[in-house]
Amino acid sequence: MKVFIAGLNHKTADVDVREKLAFNGPRLEEGLIRFRELPEIQEAIILSTCNRVELYANVSDTLKATESLKTFLSEFHNINKGSLDTALYIYNGTEAVRHIFRVASSLDSMVVGEPQILGQLKDAFDFALKKKTTGIMLNKLVKKAISVAKRVRTETRIAENAVSISFAAVELAKKIFTDLSKKVCMLLGAGEMAELAARHLVSNGVKEVVVSNRTYERACDLAKEFHGRSVRFEEFIQEMARTDIVLCSTGAPTYILTKGQMQKVIKERKQRPVFIIDISVPRNIDPGINDLDNVYLYNIDDLQGVVDANIFERQKEAEKAEKIIEEEIDTFLKWQSSLDSVPTIIALREKAEEIKRDELSRLLNKIPQIGEKEREAIEYMASAIVNKLIHPPTTVLKEDSEDRDVLIATIKKLYGIDDEK
Amino acid sequence: MGVLLFELALTFYFAATIVSIIELFKGTKITSKIMLLLAGIGFGIHTICILYRYVVAGHIPITNFHEATSFFSWCIVLIFFLLQLRYKISLLCSFVMPVVFVLMLSSSMLPREIKPLSPVLQSYWLGIHTFLAFLGNAAFALASGIGTMYLVQEHYVKSKRLGGLFERLPSLQILDEVNYRLITLGFPLLTLAIITGALWAESAWGSYWNWDTREVWSLITWFIYAIVLHARLVAGWRGKRAALLSIIGFLTILIAFFGIKLLRKGLHVFL
Repeated sequence: MKVFIAGLNHKTADVDVREKLAFNGPRLEEGLIRFRELPEIQEAIILSTCNRVELYANVSDTLKATESLKTFLSEFHNINKGSLDTALYIYNGTEAVRHIFRVASSLDSMVVGEPQILGQLKDAFDFALKKKTTGIMLNKLVKKAISVAKRVRTETRIAENAVSISFAAVELAKKIFTDLSKKVCMLLGAGEMAELAARHLVSNGVKEVVVSNRTYERACDLAKEFHGRSVRFEEFIQEMARTDIVLCSTGAPTYILTKGQMQKVIKERKQRPVFIIDISVPRNIDPGINDLDNVYLYNIDDLQGVVDANIFERQKEAEKAEKIIEEEIDTFLKWQSSLDSVPTIIALREKAEEIKRDELSRLLNKIPQIGEKEREAIEYMASAIVNKLIHPPTTVLKEDSEDRDVLIATIKKLYGIDDEK
Repeated sequence: MGVLLFELALTFYFAATIVSIIELFKGTKITSKIMLLLAGIGFGIHTICILYRYVVAGHIPITNFHEATSFFSWCIVLIFFLLQLRYKISLLCSFVMPVVFVLMLSSSMLPREIKPLSPVLQSYWLGIHTFLAFLGNAAFALASGIGTMYLVQEHYVKSKRLGGLFERLPSLQILDEVNYRLITLGFPLLTLAIITGALWAESAWGSYWNWDTREVWSLITWFIYAIVLHARLVAGWRGKRAALLSIIGFLTILIAFFGIKLLRKGLHVFL
């Protein structure tokens, strides 16, 4: 039983690789179930966000698991294994535990300390729970990761003045427009991060929010939330003549706004600047439009540049967080090795039960004349003796003592418990 | 006394320039304050210097090239501090102070003696015309400084590398707005300077327009800024294009200002 993680993130793979490997919408369920059904995998969770795709598993043979996982990924996403090798990182055991703790605590995020990843991890976990692909180990691991993340957040200043994609977007908007109170923001699609960015913009004074979505009803609902207007998806380009900030996060597989279209828009706007944030993966807006004057286009990778400096400043806080994580790794590993004592306890109990059964049947065969009451009393006494005898060793095994490995070995020897069941 | 005041002002501008360059590369709140303080003291001394010369000479001290360059520098610093009151773009100092210092340095190397005023210049137009012209050109000078800042900031935002000055530079919108304000301030001043110049020419030489080299260059400058404003209002030429044009405009002014002096041609020979 080993924690096993394979994944890729913004550091190891560009957006064009990540978008190919993402488990979006219905693909997530299919992917999760197929991943779980691999013979080498005992438990499975898939975390797929804009910045990372990670597969968590409980495996017994990491080498076999790695191979079978790579084959699975390349088949599932129709991507050749070679390009996987450069993007993919594999962790197991302690390294894997450290990795998931760091991810949950947002130490591995594009913007260190941004809180969204924790929510995304929770969602991924809940989904896996619903699909019953997890077990005792991953359940414990993710729960622990969440509690570690909370501890990091309260004990360090890493999440203070939290910089996230959405926050970075607001900062940039202020460097383009200064005063957001006369600006109109358009929300294209219903990506959670875009929505969050829109909320940030509203709390920073944006005058109006316009929502457009392929599903018009969804646009109307969102518009209500923002006290804004909804626009049919076919009309969003016309609407851009009146919007200063565009947040785009649709699930479209291609560009929904081309350079030529944008040229017309900016002309109609009399060159009034537009700030476009495309946080969709795959990208929804032609990257070429950034070449147009007074058009500022940022995609999700570009926003990384915005926050690199902050990452540096947060280094010290991150170091504190790393210490917390090391402590927590220890507690998790102790728990994990306590799992190893469980089979011993079970074997011990089985052995005792076996002896009890044998001795009882022998005795009862010798004195068949006794009544039902006496019989029950004898059985009760046998159970009590067995329980009382095995209680102390069981307790010791469950305890988190340092020499438990030795104890496990000793008990096995004393009671003649075979490792081979 | 006059020399001492001038040298003192020059020294303070020099110090301010040094600090403004440090501010550019390793700016802190302290360097910013020192820079503004030095420039402020320099400006104060410079003002006294000009007033002193006015009293000694008995007329507005914009009658030779030394005085003109000095007065031009003074106008630039004046408008900088006026802008500072409203917009607080301290970093502009780093873009403007070196120009002011170079202008003052060239002024210091030009003959400084106060000569009796030639009859042509003995007119109330002297003060009005020159003051309007230099104030207008100073506004254009600052517009080009702001334009440069715009281009720098735009480069950061476009290239998505937000290091360096990004944090300390104002937003693109502010820079564009200030650039526009400065041009809308400079343009009427230049227009009035040309009109008063024409009136003065009529009274001095009997003709409103003589196709004198400076007149021609002023007209060219006027057209450039007319285009800047027109393109902005009609075709929405803002941002990068406006910034570029404001820099080109100011380069034209500099060419006109120094080039004519070197050629020593035309009716404006005294300046």
